Amino acid sequence: MIVYGVALLSVCLVIGMLAGETLGVLLGVDANVGGVGIAMLLLVFASNAEKFKTLASGAAGEGIKFWSAMYIPIVVAMAARQNVAAAVDGGLLALVAGVAAVVVSFALVPVLSRLGGSSNTISAVKEDVR
Amino acid sequence: MDVIETVFIRNNLVVAFALIGVIIWISYYLADKLTAGRIHGSAIAIALGLLAAWWGGVVTGGRTGVADIALLGGIGLMGGGMMRDFAIVATAFGVKLGELKKAGLAGVVSIFAGVLVSFVVGAIVAVLFGYSDPVAITTIGAGAVTYIVGPVTGEAIGASSEVITLSVAAGLIKSILVMIGTPLVAKSIGLNNPQSAMVFGGLMGTTSGVAAGLAATDPKLVPYGAMTATFYTGVGCLLGPSILFFIVSSIF
Repeated sequence: MIVYGVALLSVCLVIGMLAGETLGVLLGVDANVGGVGIAMLLLVFASNAEKFKTLASGAAGEGIKFWSAMYIPIVVAMAARQNVAAAVDGGLLALVAGVAAVVVSFALVPVLSRLGGSSNTISAVKEDVR
Repeated sequence: MDVIETVFIRNNLVVAFALIGVIIWISYYLADKLTAGRIHGSAIAIALGLLAAWWGGVVTGGRTGVADIALLGGIGLMGGGMMRDFAIVATAFGVKLGELKKAGLAGVVSIFAGVLVSFVVGAIVAVLFGYSDPVAITTIGAGAVTYIVGPVTGEAIGASSEVITLSVAAGLIKSILVMIGTPLVAKSIGLNNPQSAMVFGGLMGTTSGVAAGLAATDPKLVPYGAMTATFYTGVGCLLGPSILFFIVSSIF
């Protein structure tokens, strides 16, 4: 049943959001701390576990894969509802601060990636496959 | 006209599905014909989306881009936080636990490093532009973290509404730039494996920016980047009005 997968996905998101919101309250922060990340971890655990097999394989799995495939269209819709006009109106200070933060952060990606151990072989293989 | 309006507004989410489908079809066609596949179709679709958002904002004066146009209201629902988070979590389906463990430490370090670096850069820019009040410097620095951390921090430490608006604008610029820039720099910063994607998500932090940037680079990397990015705003809201503000106050 396709709906089993969709339900599993939904339950993971709701539990994750509850955990993230609780974490925010505990830390005294006015934000959801990692709710989506926690939900993703739950889904990873569930889809790798034997117990949840009926909820994550076969037709049920298709229910999750459908939403995974809808990701890019949803992101395009998300782009179309950003407050781009306000960003354009922000002036030079906002522009410089935003651009500088991105440039410096981009530059740090290769530096910090090395912390994760050598993964060059994996990436080389993946490049070949593509 | 009335008939069209009634049908479009009553079925706004379905209209959005159709419209986004057409935009993506056009984008992939353009990517194929004009750039011979060198620029990813989804990158063009996201750029078109941002362009439409700018137009929508200018025409209506609203804050949610093209979704402020009544006939296209469904875009707001389809691209809103709920659907975005639902689809992001779905991308985690099929992720291998081992990959996550391998980059776990680097991922956590990158979240804190990302918040600190963006904050310091934003704060320095604020100082260069002549701000000397610690509240304003902290708020603008927090805006360079994300456009959520900016106002949360600003309101907590009592910044003026002009400064808060500036911080939101800085965060929006960052988010948009990550969306557009990521596919362009992906190769030169080694963004081609789960580990670097997790570090990337932690460093950039803007969930929308990372979500769109990775989608336009390689959809397989999305879950890894999104996983760390979703912790970033929380960490920023935690550090901004507290430790970071204290440090700035002690300097100025």
